[in-house]
Amino acid sequence: MDRADYERLRWRCIRRALLELDITLTRFLDGGEFEKLNDDQQQAFVELADMEDYDLWDLVTGKAEIDDPRLAQIVALIRKS
Amino acid sequence: MSIPVLKFDAVIVGAGGAGLRSAIQLSEAGLKTAVLSKVFPTRSHTVAAQGGVAASLGNSEEDHWTWHMYDTVKGSDWLGDQDAIEFMCKKANEVVVELEHYGMPFDRTDDGKIYQRPFGGHMSNFGEKPVRRSCAAADRTGHAMLHAMYQRNVKANTQFFVEWMALDLIRDEEGHVLGVTAMEMETGQVVIFHARATIFATGGAGRIFYSSTNAFINTGDGLGMAARAGIPLEDMEFWQFHPTGVAGAGVLITEGVRGEGGILRNSSKERFMERYAPNAKDLASRDVVSRAMATEIKEGRGCGVNKDYVLLDITHLDPATIMKRLPGIHEIGIQFAGVDCLKEPLPVVPTCHYQMGGIPTHYSGRVVAPKNGDVNSVVPGFYAGGECACASVHGANRLGTNSLLDLLVFGKSAGDSAVEDLKAGKAHRDLPKDVADKTLARIAALDNRKGGANVHETRLAMQRTMQDHAGVFRFGDMLKQGVEKILEVEKAARQLEIKDKSMAWNTARTEALEMENLIEVAKATMISAEARKESRGAHVRDDAPDTAEFPNGRNDKEWLKHTLFSPVDNTITYKPVNMQPQTVEPVALKTRSY
Repeated sequence: MDRADYERLRWRCIRRALLELDITLTRFLDGGEFEKLNDDQQQAFVELADMEDYDLWDLVTGKAEIDDPRLAQIVALIRKS
Repeated sequence: MSIPVLKFDAVIVGAGGAGLRSAIQLSEAGLKTAVLSKVFPTRSHTVAAQGGVAASLGNSEEDHWTWHMYDTVKGSDWLGDQDAIEFMCKKANEVVVELEHYGMPFDRTDDGKIYQRPFGGHMSNFGEKPVRRSCAAADRTGHAMLHAMYQRNVKANTQFFVEWMALDLIRDEEGHVLGVTAMEMETGQVVIFHARATIFATGGAGRIFYSSTNAFINTGDGLGMAARAGIPLEDMEFWQFHPTGVAGAGVLITEGVRGEGGILRNSSKERFMERYAPNAKDLASRDVVSRAMATEIKEGRGCGVNKDYVLLDITHLDPATIMKRLPGIHEIGIQFAGVDCLKEPLPVVPTCHYQMGGIPTHYSGRVVAPKNGDVNSVVPGFYAGGECACASVHGANRLGTNSLLDLLVFGKSAGDSAVEDLKAGKAHRDLPKDVADKTLARIAALDNRKGGANVHETRLAMQRTMQDHAGVFRFGDMLKQGVEKILEVEKAARQLEIKDKSMAWNTARTEALEMENLIEVAKATMISAEARKESRGAHVRDDAPDTAEFPNGRNDKEWLKHTLFSPVDNTITYKPVNMQPQTVEPVALKTRSY
């Protein structure tokens, strides 16, 4: 992922509608977890970051589940971070 | 340097509830309307509003706007302007029904009406008993509202500029507002939005405090821009707090935790609420609990390295009960405090939630400022609505569900007034020759400065100062020190340095520009709070206690007036509260008690 794409993604993670996601996603990016992901995993993270705030927050807190194993794997990593 | 100019009839800054609502009025009137937003509209912080929107529809039981008005005046501790409060409460039914027609999926009664539920402070028959007045869409009212209004705007051809940050208000020599300068984040390009009407709907600035429930986006951009353009800020000492946010994060812990038996403890594990409220203890009212927590911290009995939080202990409760009755609390503890609350107490602190003050407006949404002896002189071409504005309907404290009502009513009202003024035929006024000079100089200074202050450290210093010196419970000596400290922080905030100089997606630059807005709000808050020597609503001072002469510490003789903080010279003036409603008898002054 080039610099501009990363910074765009970062902006979309550090300025959410919900404080809970601001904190959780900022931690994942700035804590170095994102850069450990391979290309496909990074793409999956981008897809999650595009979700509506409540839908994503429900996944992170385990209130909802997602069928796609690619995305579910990243949700699990976000929860652990 | 040649800066591109985009011409619109109206430019709206902010795409939360108030911005989207005013945009509907302008676009549907056929006016060319731009909406600028730092994020996609449905990522605005309005999404986080869960409670509902107040309107005396009377769908579930008898209700009347005059009862709603009474509750709002009382909630405001009589600092709200009664003409504006009448306007809002009267308009509530209309804006809620309109929203329903836009497709808002309100909860419904069996016979198809909008379902209404009770909410704190909303009563029937002038304070007699609770009334069902809140209209909600499950626990996602703000979210559903934004979606309905965004779609309506798309239909009406509102032009959205998403991921753009407005930087400065453009005013000419006569004080007319002519639009804003703004930056496209994707390119770093600065553009002039030249407009006949400029509407601010930029939300609150809760990020001035260390502990805040506000999302990171709430950096008071509209207030910062207004302040830099010489517009005073009104009643900035009034901020609503919740007693229990997770320390260091701000995420709310429901008051239900104390309801289920949670106990607040200080650094020596003492159940300190026994000293402050021997009967109710941890179940005392929100104000009492917040003040007790603040006093423990101030007197050095806080916990942690900085002794800046207390503990909420539920380790004595049955884990099965916690998981069943308090769903989510375990997860919040782990995610935001790194604490398993079944085994260890949670660190908590009173947490900022809502800004009652803001850019002074008339209830028509027109911005007003002192000029030639008139304290409410209209600033031509400038309008504001929602949390960034001060109409003033919330006065010294806001009732739950009145915030969503505020943004609907005053978003619409600002839009209507702009339409009215524009139809009266005002042409675009000429832009001043130095139109973007100040903006470009600010950006150049950020890009070129060496040895300046770090943005993150400066923000933290501001947030700590605000939390410690102007928190939920205020002390005269701390406020005095706070003024000195925040003026020191301001010096650093005027000398920020960023390492990243790139044009595209330079989030370091954006955060520095946000910091320059935050500091304006922080300074206004601290100086206004120090100056108000009484307790009223959410502004509670240790040195203005509850006495027979001044119940709750409120002193109407000297302090029944709005603060106007002038950012130009850090001075304060005052203006009277409007105690005269438009069509009904005033709500007479009395002691506020529930």
